[in-house]
Amino acid sequence: MAPDASQREAYGQTLVELGKENRDIVVLDADLRPSTMTQIFAREFPERVFDCGIAEQDMVGIAAGLAASGKIPFASTFAVFVPGRCFDQIRMSIAQPQLNVKLVTTHSGITIGEDGVSHQAIEDLALANSLPGLTIIVPADAVETTQAIRVAAATPGPFYIRLCRPKIPLLYDKNYRFELGKAAVMRQGTQATIMAIGTRVAAAIEAADSLKQEGIDCRVLNMSTLKPLDEAAIIQAAAETGVIVTAEEHLEHGGLGSMVARVLVKHQPVPVEFVAMKDTYAESGSPADLLQKYGLTADDIAQAVRSVLARKK
Amino acid sequence: MKPLSVAEMETIAKRVRRHIISMTGRAKSGHPGGSLSAVEIVTTLYFRVLNHNPEKPDWPDRDRFVLSKGHTAPMLYAILAECGYFPIDELATLRQINSRLQGHADRTCTAGVEMSSGSLGQGLSFSIGIALAGRLDAKSYRVYTLLGDGECDEGQIWEAAMASAHFKLDNLVAIVDRNDMQIGGWTRDIMELEPFNSKWQAFGWHTIEVDGHDFSQLTDAYEKAKQIRGQPTVIIAHTVKGKGVSFMENNPHFHGIAPTAEEMELALKELA
Repeated sequence: MAPDASQREAYGQTLVELGKENRDIVVLDADLRPSTMTQIFAREFPERVFDCGIAEQDMVGIAAGLAASGKIPFASTFAVFVPGRCFDQIRMSIAQPQLNVKLVTTHSGITIGEDGVSHQAIEDLALANSLPGLTIIVPADAVETTQAIRVAAATPGPFYIRLCRPKIPLLYDKNYRFELGKAAVMRQGTQATIMAIGTRVAAAIEAADSLKQEGIDCRVLNMSTLKPLDEAAIIQAAAETGVIVTAEEHLEHGGLGSMVARVLVKHQPVPVEFVAMKDTYAESGSPADLLQKYGLTADDIAQAVRSVLARKK
Repeated sequence: MKPLSVAEMETIAKRVRRHIISMTGRAKSGHPGGSLSAVEIVTTLYFRVLNHNPEKPDWPDRDRFVLSKGHTAPMLYAILAECGYFPIDELATLRQINSRLQGHADRTCTAGVEMSSGSLGQGLSFSIGIALAGRLDAKSYRVYTLLGDGECDEGQIWEAAMASAHFKLDNLVAIVDRNDMQIGGWTRDIMELEPFNSKWQAFGWHTIEVDGHDFSQLTDAYEKAKQIRGQPTVIIAHTVKGKGVSFMENNPHFHGIAPTAEEMELALKELA
């Protein structure tokens, strides 16, 4: 695979490009600029950055007011604090009035690692998914991050974009064009489909490539737009491959797995296995150790494919 | 709009109070108490202070009024209708299905409503965003935000109070409807706010205290706030919950309970 790259750095750099193109781009942070990398934008455009201090509720409200006045605010902190710390503020100040605020969070899932449970957002997608009118994107690498940030800036309405902490493999080259609401085919395949988001897309590809050695032909879909979900791609995959595995750094309930299952039971019921956090919190540890202990590795995805194939009718 | 005299505003305030009673009485629900206490505060803004145009509610250069205490939407709707934002007849549809006049203020459906509110504590943050945008765009509009005193129990208010001073927002004015009551009774019994004025000062605000039912004092306070540079201003407006209707005054029952048919008749008689 291509070398690892940082989604956060891609975010910061893309903000600078957008800032040069459009003077209405403004950035808010809650005292985490060096971590979310909005600092890169702050160095170029200090007058267009508003650090709200460690006050996420206030940050979300300020972003809403800026959007109501014609600005395009990007508001960032860790995924554990937005939406968790300010759910009602997002609901009433941003989602219900459909204001043009882009919430971009970093350090999602368990690959934040050693900081432990207080900083591991595994519920954020469930919260974000519950809000009518909020578009949700979970990019799979740094290139897709850049694309998603650009699409969000150009598309009116509220967005939640979820980034990770570690550098992760580059899956796309600069010719890739992210399409909002469309699943991206990473591997063609006929016997099973793995649908993944975020850091688990690279793991899904790794799983598919190893299963190929066993003669199992898997399709891999990057479901980076979690909402609105590409229902057609899900129904087609179920119809053509017969079984589905979902993979995400999130709880089994409320994230990708739940949303895919919702589509399948209505339109194309097939066996599904979920590679996700079960009903539990994680702990401190290296990202690799955590992924292994909580069952989110490429091996776990491959095993889930074997299990779901055994249930194939 | 042409600024009105105190006498003219008194006439409007009486009509607004009658609207509040009729709207909530007819809807059989709503929040008359805190609506009645804020009538002079907001009437002064719309008929004397704000640079606004009911024909063009989205005019980018308008002064903004943000109702943070969103449960007092009947008061705002009555004043907006008196200004001509929508027909006065429409006030009768408050809280009914398909009405533009939702139970709590909703910016998606009512002309002139800047913010969806009702979940307390969010309006000051929203107003900071509007004030920052105005400064970035070198616009001269000002932002006025009405807070309830009970609402100041919310932590977000104090996050926003700190930020407003930090950003030196002299284009932002908060008005606290200090009626000393909240849904469960006196604020001092539910959650003590005093020393209230010095709290705001400690957070970096210029403070002004007025009788919140006195048009002259309110007008002066709004004018004085325009002269303050480098910091936001809070006007602590001392009011009476349920003001104007004898049996509603200082009666927490009418925080979130509408008058019955008999009470409505009595109240309208008092406000004749």
